[in-house]
Amino acid sequence: MALSHLKSSSSRSNLVKPLAAAFSLRRLISTSTDPITIETSVPFATHRCDPPSRTVETNPQELLSFFRVMATMRRMEIAADSLYKAKLIRGFCHLYDGQEAVAVGMEAAITKKDSIITAYRDHCTFLGRGGTLLEVFSELMGRQGGCSKGKGGSMHFYKKDSGFYGGHGIVGAQVPLGCGLAFAHKYNKDDAVAFALYGDGAANQGQLFEALNISALWDLPVILVCENNHYGMGTAEWRAAKSPAYYKRGDYVPGLKVDGMDAFAVKQACKFAKEHALKSGPIILEMDTYRYHGHSMSDPGSTYRTRDEISGVRQERDPIERIRKLILAHDLATEKELKDIEKEVRKQVDEAIAEAKESPMPEPSELFTNVYVKGLGVEAYGADRKEVRAVLP
Amino acid sequence: MATIFQGLRGGAAAALTNSIDSKKLLSRSTRRSLSERKVSFPVVRSDGSVNLNPGGSNARARRVDQLITNAVATKADSSAASSTSKPGHELLLFEALREGLEEEMDRDPHVCVMGEDVGHYGGSYKVTRGLADKYGDLRVLDTPIAENSFTGMGIGAAMTGLRPIIEGMNMGFLLLAFNQISNNCGMLHYTSGGQFTIPVVIRGPGGVGRQLGAEHSQRLESYFQSIPGIQMVACSTPYNAKGLMKAAIRSENPVILFEHVLLYNLKERIPDEEYICNLEEAEMVRPGEHVTILTYSRMRYHVMQAAKTLVNKGYDPEVIDIRSLKPFDLHMIGNSVKKTHRVLIVEECMRTGGIGASLTAAITENFHDYLDAPIVCLSSQDVPTPYAGTLEEWTVVQPAQIVTAVEQLCQ
Repeated sequence: MALSHLKSSSSRSNLVKPLAAAFSLRRLISTSTDPITIETSVPFATHRCDPPSRTVETNPQELLSFFRVMATMRRMEIAADSLYKAKLIRGFCHLYDGQEAVAVGMEAAITKKDSIITAYRDHCTFLGRGGTLLEVFSELMGRQGGCSKGKGGSMHFYKKDSGFYGGHGIVGAQVPLGCGLAFAHKYNKDDAVAFALYGDGAANQGQLFEALNISALWDLPVILVCENNHYGMGTAEWRAAKSPAYYKRGDYVPGLKVDGMDAFAVKQACKFAKEHALKSGPIILEMDTYRYHGHSMSDPGSTYRTRDEISGVRQERDPIERIRKLILAHDLATEKELKDIEKEVRKQVDEAIAEAKESPMPEPSELFTNVYVKGLGVEAYGADRKEVRAVLP
Repeated sequence: MATIFQGLRGGAAAALTNSIDSKKLLSRSTRRSLSERKVSFPVVRSDGSVNLNPGGSNARARRVDQLITNAVATKADSSAASSTSKPGHELLLFEALREGLEEEMDRDPHVCVMGEDVGHYGGSYKVTRGLADKYGDLRVLDTPIAENSFTGMGIGAAMTGLRPIIEGMNMGFLLLAFNQISNNCGMLHYTSGGQFTIPVVIRGPGGVGRQLGAEHSQRLESYFQSIPGIQMVACSTPYNAKGLMKAAIRSENPVILFEHVLLYNLKERIPDEEYICNLEEAEMVRPGEHVTILTYSRMRYHVMQAAKTLVNKGYDPEVIDIRSLKPFDLHMIGNSVKKTHRVLIVEECMRTGGIGASLTAAITENFHDYLDAPIVCLSSQDVPTPYAGTLEEWTVVQPAQIVTAVEQLCQ
C-alpha cells in the first residue's frame, strides 16, 4: 500500500523534479525488500548476558511502514488530546507520543501468536497489534464500536485474536498476568513468548519481583519490558528507585538496556529476547524512552520537568524524525512524499474520528451483559438474582 | 456448557456421624437447558407473584414431598436407602474434593492446580495429595509464597484458555491477592467487552478453626461478596464438596469455593457415578414448618445440633444450607419464607457487612410481606478471633444460642 501511494505522489512531483522522482520511484519499487543495514546509535548495556549485534538488517518496505505506523500513532495520540479537551473523551487518557518506537519495534520482531500485555498507556500498542483507528476512537468515546464495546475505556483495550491482553489500570498488576500468559505458552508448548510491559513507576511493585521469581523458577518464556520514560507520573525515577538501573534489578535474571527511541534497537533487542526466553527463561529489557505529554491528560507534564528538557528530547531523539532521516539518507522517498504520507495519515485519523462519532452509545441493557459468561439465567444480578430495580430509560 | 444435575439428598441431618444413602438424582434427560432458564428465570417479586421455571419447580416440589418422610433430625435410617441407586463409597471431605479435582483433571487437560505446597507436599490439608505424581509438575504447581503474583498468573493463564485452580493455603492469605481477584478476575470479562473469560476456581479453607489465632481464622466471603463478576459457593458435606468443585471447574465464570478448616474430616457416603451440584442452588437440609433457618458451611452442623434440641422441644425448623453465597438462591429461600414466615440466619461471618447482612437485606426487600417477625441474624462477633479457647467459643455462634433465638422468634 505504501508503494502505490508513493507512486501516485511521485507522479505528481514529476513536473518539478522529474529525474529525482523517477529515480526514487525506480529505486523504491525495485529494492523494496532488499536489505539495508543500520547501526544502532547507542550501544546495548547488559546484565548477565551478551549483547546482540548493533547491526540491524532492514529494508525500504519496513522503513516506510515504520514511518507510516509511527506517524499514525503520533497523529492518533494528538487527536485524542484534542478530543479530550473537547470533552468527548472523559476520565483518564494516557498518551504514548514519544514512545512509538517501542510499540513498532517490538511488533516487527514478533508474531501475532506471541502475547503482549501492557498497562494503561495502551492505545499505540493496540494499534500495533492490529487494532483499527475506528476501534480506538470509538472505545475512547465510549461507543459501541469500540474494541471493548465502550465498557472498558482508555485503559482497557484488548484484542484477543492477535494476542493483545490489554490494557490494565492498576500499576504493576499486569506483570503477574503476563507471567501467566507465558505459563500458558509453556503449557500449550506453542513456541511463543509473552511480553509484559510496565513502566519505571511499576518497577518498584513487589508483585513484579514475585512473578519474576516464579518465572525464573519455572523457566517461563516471559520478557519483562520496562518502558522507562523516567517519570512515574510526577516523580522522577531517581526519587522513586534506589537503583534506577531497571535492567539490573532482576538480579539473577539477565537484562538488557536499549535505546527506546530507536525502533531498530528495539526490534533487535526484542528478537534477541524472544530467542533467549524460549531457550532459557525470563529476561528483562529496559527501554530508555520519553513521553512528551504529561502522565495523563490531567497532568500538564511541566511541573516536574522543564520545557527545555521536553523540547530537547524532541529535537534530538524523536523516533519519527530518526526514521525520516534514515529514509532520506537512503533516498527511499523525498521530503514531500513523507509529508504526503503524514497528510494522508491525518486524513485517515480524521475520518476515523468522524466515523467513531457516528457510532452509537451502548444500549442500556449492555450494562448487564458480560458480567458473567452466558447470562446464567439473568445477565447480571446482585444478591437477589434480579436486575437492578431502577427503570432504565 | 455446564450440564447441571441436581442431586438432592434425603435426610441430610446428622451428617457428622452417619452416612446418607437416599438420594434422588435427576436423570440426564431433564438437564435444564440454558435457553430455558433465560426465558423464565425464577424471579420472586415482593408482591408475591412468582415466576418459576416450570420444569424445575415441579420436580423440586415432588422431591420435597418425598423428602419429608426421611427428613427427621435423627439418625438417618440406612435401610431406607433407595434401592435403585448404587451403594456408593465412603470418604472424607478432603478426599471428596480430591476426587472431584482428579476427575476434572482427567477429563480436561487444561485444568491445572497452583498453590503453596500443593504438589510434592500433597497439600496442607491433603486435598491434592498424589496429584503431582500423577499429573506432573506442570499441572500441579508448587508456588513460592507470593499470593498476589500467583493469583495474577493464574488469571493470566485463564485469559488464554487454561483452567487453573488457585489454592490459598488459608483463605485469609488471599487478602494479598485482593487486587488481582477484584480487578482482574472479576472485571476482565466486562472491561474487555466479553473477549476474555476467566474460568478460574479460587479455593481454600477459611473460617474459625481450633485456636488458630486471629489472622488464620478469617471469613473472606464477606470481603469478596461485592466484587462483580465472580460467583461464590461454600461446601459443607463431602457430597456437595465434590459436586461444587466439579461444577466450579466446569464453569466459565470465576468461582470462589469456600471450604472450612474444621470440616475436612467429615465422612460420608457419596455416589459412585458422576454428578455435579448446581452452583446457584441451595440445599434443603431439613424441611419444616415453623421457622426457616438459613446457614452455610460449618454453621450447618451447629444448626442441626440445635435442631435436635428444638425438635425435642416441639419446634419444626426448616434448615436450608444456602451453599451459593453469590448469588443467593432466593427461589428456594423465598418458598421457604412463604411457608414458615420466620427467618433465622446463622452464619460464621462477622455481624458487620457479612453474608448474613446481605441476605437479610435481600429477604427483607423481596419477601417483606411474608414475614411475621423481623429477621434474626446470628453472626460471629465483630472482633478478631482470640486465641483462648473459651473466648473463641464465644466469638462464634453456638447451638444453645440458636435454640434461644428460635424460641424467641416463634413466640
